[in-house]
Amino acid sequence: MQDLLLKLLPNLMVRIPEFIDSIIDTLKMVAISGGFVFLFGILIGVTLIVTRDGGILEQRAVFQAFDKLINIFRSVPFVILISLLLPLTRLIVHTSIGVKGAIVPLVIGTVPFFARQVEAALSEIDKGVIEAAKAMGMGPVTIIFKIYLREGIPALARATTITAINLLGLTAMAGAVGAGGLGDFAIRYGHNRYMTDITWVTTIVLILFVCVIQVAGNFIAKRSTH
Amino acid sequence: MIMETIIEFQNLKKKFETKDHVVEAVRDVSLRIQRGEIYGIIGFSGAGKSTLVRCINMLEKPSSGKVIVDGVELSALGEKALRHERKKIGMIFQQFNLMPSRTVFDNVALALHGSGLSKEKTEKKVEQLLEYVGLSERANSYPSQLSGGQKQRVAIARALANDPKVLLCDEATSALDPQTTRAILELLRRLNKELGITVVVITHEMNVIKRICDHVAVMENGEVVEEGDVFSVFASPQKQITKDFINITSNLTEIYDLVERKDPIVDLQSGEVLAMLKFRNATVSEPLISSVSKEFDVVCNILFGDLDIISGAPIGGTVVIFGGEEEKVTSALNHLTDKGISVEVIRDARSASKIIA
Ligand SMILES: Nc1ncnc2c1ncn2[C@@H]1O[C@H](COP(=O)(O)OP(=O)(O)OP(=O)(O)O)[C@@H](O)[C@H]1O
Ligand SMILES: [Mg+2]
Repeated sequence: MQDLLLKLLPNLMVRIPEFIDSIIDTLKMVAISGGFVFLFGILIGVTLIVTRDGGILEQRAVFQAFDKLINIFRSVPFVILISLLLPLTRLIVHTSIGVKGAIVPLVIGTVPFFARQVEAALSEIDKGVIEAAKAMGMGPVTIIFKIYLREGIPALARATTITAINLLGLTAMAGAVGAGGLGDFAIRYGHNRYMTDITWVTTIVLILFVCVIQVAGNFIAKRSTH
Repeated sequence: MIMETIIEFQNLKKKFETKDHVVEAVRDVSLRIQRGEIYGIIGFSGAGKSTLVRCINMLEKPSSGKVIVDGVELSALGEKALRHERKKIGMIFQQFNLMPSRTVFDNVALALHGSGLSKEKTEKKVEQLLEYVGLSERANSYPSQLSGGQKQRVAIARALANDPKVLLCDEATSALDPQTTRAILELLRRLNKELGITVVVITHEMNVIKRICDHVAVMENGEVVEEGDVFSVFASPQKQITKDFINITSNLTEIYDLVERKDPIVDLQSGEVLAMLKFRNATVSEPLISSVSKEFDVVCNILFGDLDIISGAPIGGTVVIFGGEEEKVTSALNHLTDKGISVEVIRDARSASKIIA
């Protein structure tokens, strides 16, 4: 067994500890930035939903501001965003490399995407249901927590899945500019030093991650749909 | 019963301003709805019925005018006070608007959120409500597992959760089949009688009005064009639109189509008369046609009948072919006219007279 693996994956087998470290780095980046993205994305998505025309807290100016900001950030390619954000990154986490340095651009690069997804997910909720809630005398806070964030769970789960997969892809890209993780690993060895076995295995690991995220997302979406 | 106003509209107006034009959905409506009654609002699509009713709980803010519910001018309240008042006004909708992710039980319990009831009390209350609407066994079902009628029952239970004084029903039966409609209307009538809840019903079906309402307002183009107790409005509709509504529900007018099409069923033997009789007097109750038939020795062939009991009195009419000796037919028709029945001769095959008194 050991021999076979050594033969098939000669470059990887001698770098197992480094490989595992890069997997952990990738997971860390996805988890930490994912947490922030989820929080801010929901916050902004909900803000968009409630402040838009006909929303429960209609505020045209606020809606327009967030709407425009999202459009601007979404039109900047991620690689460029990373370098644009360097000063901010240094300010916040005091470094611009490694897992820590990747978090800021990852969060800022993904929040607009996720916020839009949240907005779309929540606008699927039947307006009649919101209306009924208003008629029952519910206030905006109750409606957000008891209706939007509750009835929206299936669609939010799907949005989160897509975003998490996206985020995983971006960590690989961030890796290329010094963030570490699987992307960095694959480029350093697989690409730059033609160690194709490393490229392959890294790809397979990333595909596996995507599958796990997808399955988990589908499970939650399905279980919360009645 | 002492008449006491529970809902009052004073010169209510509601305009919707869209980019290119302004819609006056409600133009200057003043109405009073009495406590404890079932009040119907009928009108064709776009007449402004929903807008008017949504002004009762301020889901729509009036452009001008006042809405007073149980002594409180809702149109003058701030958000918080308004939310408090809304709890006293239940509402049900055509599309039920239940929360799909919650069970029947939780849907009803949600209405009690923030009511300060303990968990046990909430549970008890929800159980009572579900029992009242006849859905106890479905407490753990999800809305998607229920029929339309059952969904509306849940919506009613939910609307009753905060012991409202008023229940607003926006086309509550329009998505339901006739039998289910009947059952839901029955439930509305029951909660009106037993719980003393004032019910406001919006519909475009005269049948709904006929079946449960005490008063009716007819809306057209944002205005109330006719208003009154249901029997009077049915008995002597003033406006064309009201007549149209009554005719839609009645199959009597089909006779005109049959005559037009020269259907064999309306072919008369010589001496016969095809007439439409309309009862519009609350005192008519004796079995008129059979007594006329006996008394005047005429043959009465009833083609259509559309009799309804509204507010305890019969209303409607029949289309009848009278046959027999000509004079006898004529006196029978005269007798009916004397009895206060409107007799409209549609076809006349009598040789001598074409005119009846
Ligand atoms: N939010 C809105 N924005 C713009 N116009 C509206 C709005 N709501 C209603 N209207 C318009 O106001 C008029 C009255 O609408 P409303 O819904 O009150 O009619 P309705 O009698 O309830 O009709 P239906 O039987 O179809 O429900 C219509 O012309 C409608 O297009
Ligand atoms: Mg309507």
